[in-house]
Amino acid sequence: MQILNYLKQSRRLVLLIVLLLIWEFSSRFILDKTESILLPPPSGVAVGGFELMQSGEIWKHILDSLSREFFAFCYASIAIPIGIVMGCFKSVNEQVDPLIEILRPIPPIAWIPLSILWFGVGNTQNHFIIFLGIFFPILLNTIDAVKNVEPNLIRAARCLGAGSWGVITRVILRAALPQIVTGIRIGLGVGWMALVAAELVGANSGLGFLINDARTVLRTDYILVGMLAIGVIGLSLDRAIRFTAQKLMPWSRALNA
Amino acid sequence: MHALKVEHLRKLYPSMQAKGQEVLAIENVSLEVNKNEFCSILGHSGCGKTTLLNLIAGFEVPTSGRIECAGKEVNGPGADRSMVFQDYALFPWLTVYDNIAFGLKVKGTTSKEMNEIVNRFAALVGLSQFIHHYPHQLSGGMRQRVSIARALVVDPTVLLMDEPFAALDAQNRALMQAEMIRILNEESKTVVLVTHSIEEAINLSDVIVVMTRRPGKVKKIIRVPEPRKMVEDTPPYLAIRRQIRDLIAGEHDDSEGR
Repeated sequence: MQILNYLKQSRRLVLLIVLLLIWEFSSRFILDKTESILLPPPSGVAVGGFELMQSGEIWKHILDSLSREFFAFCYASIAIPIGIVMGCFKSVNEQVDPLIEILRPIPPIAWIPLSILWFGVGNTQNHFIIFLGIFFPILLNTIDAVKNVEPNLIRAARCLGAGSWGVITRVILRAALPQIVTGIRIGLGVGWMALVAAELVGANSGLGFLINDARTVLRTDYILVGMLAIGVIGLSLDRAIRFTAQKLMPWSRALNA
Repeated sequence: MHALKVEHLRKLYPSMQAKGQEVLAIENVSLEVNKNEFCSILGHSGCGKTTLLNLIAGFEVPTSGRIECAGKEVNGPGADRSMVFQDYALFPWLTVYDNIAFGLKVKGTTSKEMNEIVNRFAALVGLSQFIHHYPHQLSGGMRQRVSIARALVVDPTVLLMDEPFAALDAQNRALMQAEMIRILNEESKTVVLVTHSIEEAINLSDVIVVMTRRPGKVKKIIRVPEPRKMVEDTPPYLAIRRQIRDLIAGEHDDSEGR
C-alpha cells in the first residue's frame, strides 16, 4: 500500500525528471565547450551548490538576504495599523488614499537609482527597496479586510455592550486578520523579488549579490545555484507563513481553503 | 412600567433606485411590550419589520418618533437590548465558550463569575458538551443556540430576535421553537421577535403585532389566548391562525409598484 502511494506521488515528477535528463544530456554531449559553460548540466550545478555549501559562502548570503527581508518586514508592518485606521475612518482614508494611489504603481525597483543617491550602497538602501515591496500589499489588504468585516459581527458586538474601541480590538482586528496575513504573504513575496533586484546593484552580500558576482567570473553554476536558492527560500517563506496562520486561525475559511 | 415602548416611529431611507428620492420604510409605529412578555412582529418580507427591530436595537436612527427601553430613551446600541441574528453572527475566531462570554468580557466581569455564568447558559441551551468547539464545527441549530446564550448572558431588558429560525430546516425550526419556550420558562425574558411565520408567532407569543406592507404600519395587535400552550389544529389555534392569515392576505403583493 505504502509503496503504491509513493509510486503514485512520484508519477507527478516524471516530466521534471525527463526535462532534467534532456538538459543533462544536451549540456554534456550536444553543446560545445564554451556553450556548456553558459549552460552547465544539472550535475554540474549540484557540484557547484555543494562547493558553495561546504565553503559556507551560500549560508552567509542566505542569512544576509533573510535578515534584510526581516528588517524591512518589521518596518513595513506599520502598514497594519495605518490600514486599520484608514479602513475604519473615512476622513483619514480620504486624505491618505490619493497619496497611496500615486505611489503604489511605482515598482520598488524604480526607486533603486534615487535610493542609492539617498542612502548609498548598503543595508539601508536595500531595506528601503524591500520595504516598498512589502508595504503596499499589506496596506491594501488590511484596508480591504477592515472594510469587508461582516457588518452583523460589528452589530452583534455593539449590542453586547462593546464600544468603538472594543469593536476595533475585539472584532475588526480579529475578523481582518486572515486577509492581513494574505497581505503579508503577498508582501513578503514582492519584497523578496525587490530584495534580489536591490542586491544586484546595491549590496556587497546576499543572494542577489552572489549571482551578479558569479556572472563577473563566469561561474554559471553558481548563478543557477543562487537562482534556485532564491526560489526555494521564497517558496518556503510563503509556506511557513501559511502553515503558521492555519495553525493559529483554524477557524478561517479563507486560509484553510 | 413597560419594558419597551415605541412611539410614533417613522423611518425614511434614501432610495436605492432613484437618486434624491426617499422610501418610507415604517410609519407611525407605536407599541408597548410589558415585562416578560413575548411580542412577535409579523409581516411580509419588506414590510419594514427588520427596520423596526434595527431601530429598537439602536443600529439605525429613527427619522422621527421615540423608543424607550425600561423608561430610558434609546440612542445607539446597548447591552440592554441584545440581538439574536438570522445568520447567527457568531465570532468565528472564538470558541463557543468565548462567544457566550463576549458580553461579560466587554463588561469586565471577573473570570470566576464569568466561568459560572457562561457554564450556566451553555447548559441552559444544551451546549455544555461543545464549549470548546468553534462555530464552524457546529450545525445551524447549535449555532443559533450559541447565539441565544450569548445574547442572554448580558441579561438584556429586551431580547431582540431577527427571524432567528428562518435559516433552519423544518424539523430544526420546530425543535428550536420548543427549546425557546423551555429556555424562557427557566429564564424569564422580555422578547421582541421578528418573523414571517404565522405558526411561529402563535407558538411563541403573548402578543402578535401584524404589520402592513410598505410603508410598515401596525395593522392589528392580537393577544394570544393561551400563550405557549396553544395546541396545533385545535379550534382556538385554527381560529387565531385564520384571523392572522386573513389580515396578512389583505396585504396583497404590490411589489411592482416599488
